[in-house]
Amino acid sequence: MSSDVTQPQVDSIYKPLPKVTGWRLFLKTVIARAYPRLIGQQREKSWMFFDIFLPMLAVSAYVFVYRAIQAPEDYVGFAVMGGAMTAFWLNVLWSMSSQLYWEKEQGNLALYIIAPNQMMAILLGMALGGMLATALRAVAIIFLGTILFNVTFVVSSFLQLLVVFMLSMTALYGMGMMMASLFLLLSREAWHLSNLAQEPIYLVSGFYFPIKSFPFWIAAGASIIPLTLGLDAMRQLIFASGPALGFVSVKLEVSVLLVLCVVFLVGAKLLLDYMEKLAIREGRLTESRR
Amino acid sequence: MSPLAIETRKLGRIYKIRGNKKEKNVRKELAALSDVGIQIEQGELFGLLGPNGAGKTTLIKILTTLLAPSTGEAFVAGYNVLNEPQHVRPRINMVSGGESSGYGLLTVRENLWMFSQFYGMPSREANQRIVDLLKLVGLGDRINTKSSDLSTGLRQKMNIVRGFMTDPEVLFLDEPTLGLDVGASRDVRHLIRGWLDDDKKRTLLLTTHYMVEAEELCDRVAIINQGRVLACDSPSVLKRRLQEDILFEIKTSPLNGLSAQAIEDLPEVHTASLTEMEDGALLKLALVEESALGPVINALTDKNITIMSLNKHEHSLEDVFVQLVGHSIAEAEKGSQDE
Repeated sequence: MSSDVTQPQVDSIYKPLPKVTGWRLFLKTVIARAYPRLIGQQREKSWMFFDIFLPMLAVSAYVFVYRAIQAPEDYVGFAVMGGAMTAFWLNVLWSMSSQLYWEKEQGNLALYIIAPNQMMAILLGMALGGMLATALRAVAIIFLGTILFNVTFVVSSFLQLLVVFMLSMTALYGMGMMMASLFLLLSREAWHLSNLAQEPIYLVSGFYFPIKSFPFWIAAGASIIPLTLGLDAMRQLIFASGPALGFVSVKLEVSVLLVLCVVFLVGAKLLLDYMEKLAIREGRLTESRR
Repeated sequence: MSPLAIETRKLGRIYKIRGNKKEKNVRKELAALSDVGIQIEQGELFGLLGPNGAGKTTLIKILTTLLAPSTGEAFVAGYNVLNEPQHVRPRINMVSGGESSGYGLLTVRENLWMFSQFYGMPSREANQRIVDLLKLVGLGDRINTKSSDLSTGLRQKMNIVRGFMTDPEVLFLDEPTLGLDVGASRDVRHLIRGWLDDDKKRTLLLTTHYMVEAEELCDRVAIINQGRVLACDSPSVLKRRLQEDILFEIKTSPLNGLSAQAIEDLPEVHTASLTEMEDGALLKLALVEESALGPVINALTDKNITIMSLNKHEHSLEDVFVQLVGHSIAEAEKGSQDE
């Protein structure tokens, strides 16, 4: 065959290799699918502008408004935290949700399906990669915001903060995994849903102000988005005036977040199974609608 | 007889097509596959030959668990593709021509490593196999190139490596040389043959609309058109079925009064035709038996006619296809483009 290289022995190439199955295969799949997200970030640096500089402009606008009306200084910190968490929300809404659709268009989805792994592992890998990549952006926004606007943090419990953050992320990306299946079924029509969801959720989830400002039932309704309660709980745990401006107690918020985690992860699994069966039956898995 | 690697029984697939804006609620049906029954033994290289839209890819999608059949059953490695996909998937892999799978930001090695993990391959061994296979297809020097920087042909070679890398029992190649140049296509064909010859338990199903590829590679070929299998056998048997006569073309010096009728009167000569040329003549023969050629040559030499060249005309799969379908693949595809 090609003569530019030393040819390896054919029998060594094709020698059957031991392959893992079960939870080891699941874990390998999660890590392998997370890898492109993480490595992609290192190779495509444009995110620094779009995902740090632009959100910082939105944060700055709120900071200047709060300072103009002489709002309590912790509100500046609220806006910075909101800016950081926005990165996760946008990642879930625009990247995670549409990912399976793009995988289908690229031809990857068919290869994921015919491989002996579980599609849930692929989705978890996408979520993990997206979450870790976005965490770097969120940290950058918090760091910049803290330096630029002199934000003071008073952390009451690091452990609780970590638990709230992890639960928020699990529930949020569980929701993203559910949305990914939904996007695959609805194809481009799902884009309208995302557009429809983006701005109202910015408002009712209290990204830049405490949701306590809303009537109770509006804030309670908005709590279906995990970041609403997650952000509120984190603010209560890291700012001096946080508990006074909190929606409900951190304990209650943690409990609701736990429920949301279960609901979204189980929902994602069920919806994914349903989607796979439906798509195989109707022939939608690997081609656009006929 | 070897155990069956692939079997389909009365397999059919109907697509429901939505109407245009005026006929939004009207559902039309398109039969992409009808009553397909094929049996492929372990170790075979089986070809599906047909024009675009013939149903080749639909059949592959069903066999790779991506699509449910509307009627009938399909088995791969003894497992039902619809009810037991969990047993089928570890045993198969698939490569499609012109696919753009993987991620452009990842290097060739990284893309292949990622897919190896989905099959549970140990990382170190997978990486070594990736290096070896890339060398074998002449991509050894591109291992750290981002896949977005590869040409179509090189990208396809990477895809082919992805298919072989996991050592499947049954490999599905859907138009694997689509868009490749002559040299790259030859490399891919060598790789395919080498992979099969290495272990007789491996089976490969190849779809193509390149007749030469099917003829050169396949142990058996199914000719498929409009969702139906029209014929299924080895290329040589298919070609023999086409016509019982054995055809020869003999270029000679001027004929010195010898007539076509005189040759036709010889035993076992079915037909003979003579065409005068500037420097001699062209004699076309259809013989019942190859042994009839001897008396024809004797008749020519008796008249002091010099034989300048003698060619046996072999039927090609293209001839078989034209006879079965009524037109060539190229004509079928031109027709579908015009529509």
